[in-house]
Amino acid sequence: MATRDEIVESLAGMTLFADLSAPQLQGVAGRMDEAFFADGERILRQGLTGSGFYVILDGEVGVVVDGRQINTLGRGEFFGEISILLQKPPVADIVALRPMRCLVLAGPAVEPFLLDHPRVMYRMLQALGRRLTGANRARS
Amino acid sequence: MSAADERPFPPGDYPVVVVGSGPGAIQLSYELERLGIDHATISADEAPGGMFRRWPFFQRLLSWTKPYAPEERTTRAFERWDWNSMIAERPEHRALQAEYMDGTSDFPSRPEMEQSLTAFTERTGTRIRYGCRWTATRREPGPDGDRFVVETTDGEYRCRIAIVAVGVAEPWSPSTPGIELTAHYADTRSAETYAGKRVFIIGKQNSGFELASGLLQWAARITLASPSPARLSVVVNSLNGVRARYVQPFEDSALGFGVDILNASIERITRSGNAFHVDLRQTVDGSALMLEADEVISATGFTCPLLDLPELGVATFGQAKLPAQTAFWESATVPGIYFAGTITQGAAGLKKHGMPAFSGAVQGHRYNARILARHLGERHFGMDRDRPAIRPRDLLDYLLDEATGGPELWHQKGYLARVVSLGSDGPRDEGILPLTHALDDGDGDSLILTVEADGAGAIYPVLYVRHDGRTEEHALDSHPLLDFRTTAHRRQLADMLKRVVPGVA
Ligand SMILES: Cc1cc2nc3c(=O)[nH]c(=O)nc-3n(C[C@H](O)[C@H](O)[C@H](O)COP(=O)(O)OP(=O)(O)OC[C@H]3O[C@@H](n4cnc5c(N)ncnc54)[C@H](O)[C@@H]3O)c2cc1C
Repeated sequence: MATRDEIVESLAGMTLFADLSAPQLQGVAGRMDEAFFADGERILRQGLTGSGFYVILDGEVGVVVDGRQINTLGRGEFFGEISILLQKPPVADIVALRPMRCLVLAGPAVEPFLLDHPRVMYRMLQALGRRLTGANRARS
Repeated sequence: MSAADERPFPPGDYPVVVVGSGPGAIQLSYELERLGIDHATISADEAPGGMFRRWPFFQRLLSWTKPYAPEERTTRAFERWDWNSMIAERPEHRALQAEYMDGTSDFPSRPEMEQSLTAFTERTGTRIRYGCRWTATRREPGPDGDRFVVETTDGEYRCRIAIVAVGVAEPWSPSTPGIELTAHYADTRSAETYAGKRVFIIGKQNSGFELASGLLQWAARITLASPSPARLSVVVNSLNGVRARYVQPFEDSALGFGVDILNASIERITRSGNAFHVDLRQTVDGSALMLEADEVISATGFTCPLLDLPELGVATFGQAKLPAQTAFWESATVPGIYFAGTITQGAAGLKKHGMPAFSGAVQGHRYNARILARHLGERHFGMDRDRPAIRPRDLLDYLLDEATGGPELWHQKGYLARVVSLGSDGPRDEGILPLTHALDDGDGDSLILTVEADGAGAIYPVLYVRHDGRTEEHALDSHPLLDFRTTAHRRQLADMLKRVVPGVA
């Protein structure tokens, strides 16, 4: 269990939220819901609509495409944004590899959230850019 | 009633122990009794009703019952129009809330809710041992695996399965400096004592706006503050916002008449003489703001009184310290400990499009209780579920009827599903099950039907078709009057089914 203050502290340490002031971080913590997923539980389901945006506070998840794990994500990393930005169902399952604690923002709340926090949007773009470079490097 | 009946369930060994006597424990105990699952239900209270014996503070619920809805009160279909009654097998036990409403509002008063819950326990013979407080929990080896020892003020109960229905009504306040000077929602005084006062309310959820609405005629000025903006249920199209009943303070604020709704973090509360000074920092630009108030109330929420369960390994999350749960409301980390009532909101489900289930309210958790009792029966007591066959040519009508009127699907949108298995012996009705379970744990071909909402105002049925190990999601069209029994819907559904159900009309 994390208190609001502990969540704010966690967020402050994450690259995604590094540019926000303390009151802004409080606002972010209030806008997102905390969630817990047990070992093995599915968080996103490949092909199903209506998913959210997740920021991992603690734990680890696997990115699974057609039953094959292709990547893992841990503390401070996020997922679900692509499917919301593109308004398409996720192309992978996300499965907790051990107990996972995270913050969730509902799909429809993501656009207003990013518009209210342009610095978070910029950091998100940087992270997506890094993922793209990584993926291209892996391919070449 | 004999003396023994008045205090049933003395300490001892029981297969199942249920803690609580709010609507959660009442519904669950009723379901266990009906299935013949031996159990003991204990509660610290002296009478049934749980939280509704005290709250909501202004004595009016935020869940309605429509006594003159378009369905007979004695039918299952009426449940869709009644958010408050316990659900029952026998017609004469159904829709009791409608009997206890004086015609002044479709939202029953708190005493009316308490009366209907009391009447339900009396008429159904649901037994509870009152005045028995759970104080601690341990685990010890038993003849068939570990057992829980539930320590109470009356003595020790031993059980394989403990079901905790203790509500989410323990006052919680943040660690803001000076918070101890404030009163919690739970300690609000009678409204007239706020006459002429400047009232500052911390928190912009329903409890904060309930107080603001109730104090409008008394307070000199009302300020509500919390870091993030308030959401209105009529804007977000879900119960995940401030309810329409409490919207008046928003209008007063928007028009500039004595109510201020601030997005700001509360830095500090101090007292000088009879007045409070509240230091705030505005979320938008971090600028400081100070205001004076005569009364400060923390409407900052509630937690569940889980006692020592976290030490036993029960993982909790969020400000309400809800236990992390499986799809069937079992602790995600300590098998054998289950939950009922409003705590089941901790098993959030898919929350598609951000739409929450209604497990926090009676209308939702009463169905969770029924499913849980059946699940326990099958999993721990060797009971078989009734799985009636459905003739393929009846399937379309059946599913469209359920999508149009099935109370479980309507009250638990995107959370509970009607499941029809498609085995070698044809379609069989597997009943109502949690959607996450149906999607993630099921095997074999099946049809999984829900009613869902997209958060933008549309409500529509969704059919998940599991076939050859893959699950496809098909949304049916919405309908302006939410009637899905039309020729067009029939055709749409038939199209989805023809590949997987031979002989569907
Ligand atoms: C202010 C407020 C207003 C609400 N209004 C509504 C509404 O209008 N409509 C609605 O549907 N929902 C409402 N809710 C949600 C509501 O709490 C539930 O729907 C309902 O009361 C939950 O029932 P429950 O049985 O889970 O818990 P509760 O009603 O809270 O009951 C908990 C029970 O557990 C017992 N208990 C607790 N600890 C112990 C212990 N250690 N030992 C033994 N017994 C114990 C208590 O004595 C009590 O009997 C409201 C919640 C709040 C906080």
